Amino acid sequence: MSETVITTNKLTKRFGDFVAVDEISFDVHKGEIFGFLGANGAGKTTAMRMLCGLSIPISGQATVAGFDVFTQPEEIKKNIGYMSQKFSLYEDLSVLENIEFYGGIYGLSNKEIKEKSKELTEKLGLYKEAKKLVRSLPLGWKQKLSFLVAIVHEPKIVFLDEPTGGVDPSMRREFWDLIYDAADKGITIFVTTHYLDEAEYCNRVTIMVDGKIEALDSPAGLREKFGVPTMDEVFYKLARAAKRSAD
Amino acid sequence: MKQLLSFVKKEFYQVFRDPKTLVMLFGLPVVQIVLFGFALTNEIKNANIVVVDNAKDIASQQIINKIEGSKFFTVQKTLMNSSEIDAAFKSGKIKLAVVFPANFNQDLLHLNKSSIQVIADASDPNTATTLTNYITTIVSDYQSQLSQNSAMPYTIQPEVRMLYNPDLRGAPNFVPGVMAMVLLLVCVMMTSVSIVREKELGTMEILLVSPVKPLLVIVSKAIPYLILSCVNLAAILLLSVYALDLPIKGSIVLLVAESTILIMTSLSLGLLISTITSSQQSAMFASMLGMMLPTMLLSGYMFPIENMPIVLQVISNIVPAKWYYIIVKAVMLKGLGFASIWKETVILIGMTLVFLVIALRNFKIRLE
Repeated sequence: MSETVITTNKLTKRFGDFVAVDEISFDVHKGEIFGFLGANGAGKTTAMRMLCGLSIPISGQATVAGFDVFTQPEEIKKNIGYMSQKFSLYEDLSVLENIEFYGGIYGLSNKEIKEKSKELTEKLGLYKEAKKLVRSLPLGWKQKLSFLVAIVHEPKIVFLDEPTGGVDPSMRREFWDLIYDAADKGITIFVTTHYLDEAEYCNRVTIMVDGKIEALDSPAGLREKFGVPTMDEVFYKLARAAKRSAD
Repeated sequence: MKQLLSFVKKEFYQVFRDPKTLVMLFGLPVVQIVLFGFALTNEIKNANIVVVDNAKDIASQQIINKIEGSKFFTVQKTLMNSSEIDAAFKSGKIKLAVVFPANFNQDLLHLNKSSIQVIADASDPNTATTLTNYITTIVSDYQSQLSQNSAMPYTIQPEVRMLYNPDLRGAPNFVPGVMAMVLLLVCVMMTSVSIVREKELGTMEILLVSPVKPLLVIVSKAIPYLILSCVNLAAILLLSVYALDLPIKGSIVLLVAESTILIMTSLSLGLLISTITSSQQSAMFASMLGMMLPTMLLSGYMFPIENMPIVLQVISNIVPAKWYYIIVKAVMLKGLGFASIWKETVILIGMTLVFLVIALRNFKIRLE
């Protein structure tokens, strides 16, 4: 087994009486594409936010990139990238200006920013659009750019919160190509999704139901365990037991 | 440092790409100066005035009685010399002074002619005109009363002198007001809207996940608006000096320093608003209600505060513009130094600290 980059042990988050995340424990390995599945309201986003340092857990332990989420959130922030559900680039800045800004706040030198800008626009084939405002790009392009910007500082781990929402299937495919590319470079991918076909692309998948982890294995392992042919059916089998209504 | 630079640069890009922001920033001062050039007249009650009676004779006494009897004045009788009167004006304690010459009644009886000096603080021209009109009416009233019992008409000539603003122009009054308004509006509204926009669009989340410290976010948001406000300040001052012929009597350095304090107050207020609102509209609305209306209505710039009901007078004390307005009038129109405005300055700094502390505490809670 390779190096672990995320470990959690009985990690819990409560909002008043509501237990959003209930004692989840899992490990994520370096270079892995780790999928986090669950219905709306199952606690995926909360779990991810705790690992990113956006939200402080109530109890349990967790380390990200070797740093403790309770005591070393600043160290964690330097080692992770994050792409949120909402589109996360500045629409009124151009492609290059966005790269420059995010590179700048992650402390990249001007030279590095220049190289990265060249590399990214080449990768996306955005030569002509480099100076255009992000607002004018189609959604699929924006999402891809958003992902590349999230890893512009070459983090150890990148957290993607439902990155392909609203994107058409062919663009989603291209998006996943970028994810594989990043994983090949050794960047660990932690991705939440509710597209079950995307679950198949992950190395391992966790399914959360009502704040708890109900299953954790490779997609093939899960299908075998539940004796069903597709991830869809695995998911429905688990999700049907959910007591929380989706929001 | 690199982070800060990247951030500030980004803020500038955003400001200059948003036509709405640009109109607010640079259209507003011009429009305001044009709009508020029209002064409003108001009745003034219980204005503090001094009467210097060098005559102490029957005629002066009768006129003073009439003045005291009027609902417009609260009279203080003293024997001040001219420099003491000057000091009383500068401190803002009095709005008007009436001076009777030593041989007032004698002149009146023997020459059938005498004069009274009326000095008014015309840095607020509406008040000054109204008050001198009241005095002149009282005097001519007395004059006609005298003339009834005599064959020869008596003439008392009130010699009116308008201090600080001899021509009674509106400009000296509204320029400080526009300055207060523009600085507050730009800083409060722009800061709060630009921070809330990040929240609304979801980019704030990305910033919070990045190694950027919250304080750096705040400072980077404040810097562009601080610079732009200084540009605005310069524009208003240039407009008032060259277009409106209104000289800056006091120290420019002091004026700029005091304005910077107001800018700080506004930036922290904007920050405070941004921590308690979650959409751009509500931030804008809060800034409008919280800043624009009180600034226009309760700073003393459009309506004299001494005329308002006690409740509003008390409320006016928490309006930063009120204190800034006093400061600017003192420095720009009366040419006073720091010694006479230190109290107002302390109040503004105090307000800034209070806003800032509350805002920073709220901002931290938001990270949870």
